[in-house]
Amino acid sequence: MLKIKDLHANVDDKEILKGINLEVKAGEVHAIMGPNGSGKSTLASVIAGNENFEVTQGSIELSGEDLEDVSPEERAHKGVFLSFQYPVEIPGVSVTNFMKTAINESRKAKGLEDMPAKDMLKLIREKSELLEIDRKFLSRSLNEGFSGGEKKRNEIFQMAMLEPKVAILDETDSGLDIDALRIVASGVNKLKSKDNAVILITHYQRLLEYIVPDYVHVLHNGKIVKSGGKELALELEEKGYDWLKQETAV
Amino acid sequence: MAYTEEELKKELETKEYEYGFYTDIESETFPNGLNEEIVIAISKKKGEPEWMTLWRLEAFKYWKEMEEPEWANVHYEKPDFQAISYYSAPKKADPNKTLDDVDPELLEMYKKLGISVDEQKKLQNVAVDIVMDSVSVATTFKKTLAEKGIIFCSISEAIKEHPELVKKYIGSVVPQRDNFYAALNSAVFSDGSFCYIPKGVRCPMELSTYFRINQAGTGQFERTLVIADEDSYVSYLEGCTAPSRDENQLHAAVVELVALDGAEIKYSTVQNWFPGNKEGKGGVFNFVTKRAICEKNAKVSWTQVETGSAVTWKYPSCILKGDNSIGEFYSIAVTNNYQQADTGTKMVHIGKNTKSTIISKGISAGKSQNSYRGLVQVNSRADGARNFSQCDSLLMGNECGAHTFPYIEAKNKSAMIEHEATTSKIGEDQIFYCNQRGIDTEKAIALIVNGFSKEVLNKLPMEFAVEAQKLLEISLEGSVG
Repeated sequence: MLKIKDLHANVDDKEILKGINLEVKAGEVHAIMGPNGSGKSTLASVIAGNENFEVTQGSIELSGEDLEDVSPEERAHKGVFLSFQYPVEIPGVSVTNFMKTAINESRKAKGLEDMPAKDMLKLIREKSELLEIDRKFLSRSLNEGFSGGEKKRNEIFQMAMLEPKVAILDETDSGLDIDALRIVASGVNKLKSKDNAVILITHYQRLLEYIVPDYVHVLHNGKIVKSGGKELALELEEKGYDWLKQETAV
Repeated sequence: MAYTEEELKKELETKEYEYGFYTDIESETFPNGLNEEIVIAISKKKGEPEWMTLWRLEAFKYWKEMEEPEWANVHYEKPDFQAISYYSAPKKADPNKTLDDVDPELLEMYKKLGISVDEQKKLQNVAVDIVMDSVSVATTFKKTLAEKGIIFCSISEAIKEHPELVKKYIGSVVPQRDNFYAALNSAVFSDGSFCYIPKGVRCPMELSTYFRINQAGTGQFERTLVIADEDSYVSYLEGCTAPSRDENQLHAAVVELVALDGAEIKYSTVQNWFPGNKEGKGGVFNFVTKRAICEKNAKVSWTQVETGSAVTWKYPSCILKGDNSIGEFYSIAVTNNYQQADTGTKMVHIGKNTKSTIISKGISAGKSQNSYRGLVQVNSRADGARNFSQCDSLLMGNECGAHTFPYIEAKNKSAMIEHEATTSKIGEDQIFYCNQRGIDTEKAIALIVNGFSKEVLNKLPMEFAVEAQKLLEISLEGSVG
């Protein structure tokens, strides 16, 4: 579904990604772990098409299509979703209005009419129940005054609404208390299917207790230095990243 | 389908100002220049009684001695007042005509604007008095209004039919010598709207006027007078579009609102006059004096969405004369390219326990300059006066400017005055966030701007709010590249 080949990317002429290879198939959950500054969030941004990053080499393919000249909004229409590490505030725009706009823009791109209001309401009701979201929350301005946990839960709510093919969750666990983590994780598990894929970007293995990955990759200094099954996460938790750094330095 | 470069260029040009066409209607225009003869001729042309002619002449006398104000934060080439024609009326206008007799070209023009009279007639609860180039051409719903004793007509008609009301109130809120432009308007005003709501009557529909400047080289000087008698209520809508012109067009209107004891007036404006092209050439000069007087327990709300004009100079104000009276000002001002706006309000607290609220939202893009200028004045006898002001500015790009000039004069110790101000910029991260959810940049900006303006948009009547949102989008198209 998502195929990344020898991906190199710069920000301000500094190379951050130095040759990433990754293949994610439908129905799979991949975890990308690694120390601070290893390039995890950059990878997420580059997949989503953030133009602050320059792809200097390599390619990203989604369902066989090269994404090189595809704008961020078109990537979204094709099913790429990024749950942001730091979701931005948009004052005066309610969560509901934002989602309505997003869904209808995506439908427009596919040549469909706007979603009828009653279908939209039904969808909102269904998805907010899934994530145990109080509907009063949906009339608040997007992310304005939200707690860390509310922001993350709102990101997953948007994922539920947009039903992406590939969802990248960037540090979704940070800032969540244990209850919120459980709710978010169970939401993601319910949304997971054989037709979509999830990429979890995380520091800690805590999240992986709730969303069990099929593969774990360790990113260090812009490269995937080790890949393995879910047990790799436990090993990392136990030993930290230093042994890997040493191993790869050799 | 691939565009040729020519086609694309053409489409972009036509998109620049949607309403920039010119309808060719035979009109009668006075020679350029201003002197006593012209003032008398205007008055005569309109068949006015002598007291009105004298009133105009008195204003002209003041005007001659006044100088154009220079304190506003705007820079422009001053108009040559002797190079302007002060009267222009569509020749075929006839007050006794029914809609069916209206010049088909006029109707065509309204259609282009999306406000055809036919359409307006069908719009429930909206009566329209259309002012085009100085003379009211069509008035609808008059009958329904008449049953309630409501008078809604052109000011010219009111001068003839209801002289006692006009004589009593014209100039009572904005005196002839109030300022340079008000004096000019008092001398040469061509037409405008008049509205009277009798005691205890709640006007059953939104009253709406569409203004439009159409004749090349004619300044337009409307005069609007709204009188809400004791315990009455009216909501008045004013909407404007104008065709594009190379030379600058002068517009100096005066709006006077009189809210008697316990009355309430809501006055909403959407202003979309030609702002000049993207190099800053052309565009309307908009120097407007709008003021309301509130008697005991009266309330006046000004709501405005300003997207047009090359230069705007406008301060809808409230004189809170009566005890417990309330004044409100809700404003969205958008400037793009080379537009300059200096706009705000004055809240003058005279009565006891008077309250005022000011919410101003300025949006600047391109190379434009957007200033808020407001005065909150509490007089010595205004015990318990309260004011809340909030001025927010939103910047797009790095070449525009937002300025805030709040003035506060409190002469009573019990006054409570609050002022909040914020300045923000549309961030790349906000745009990317929207992009990532499938919303393109243009739509993302519209969404962010609408969110920013929401508190004010919510104050507009429904139909107007939709139009205003569209205008915001059109005005900011292509402003983030």
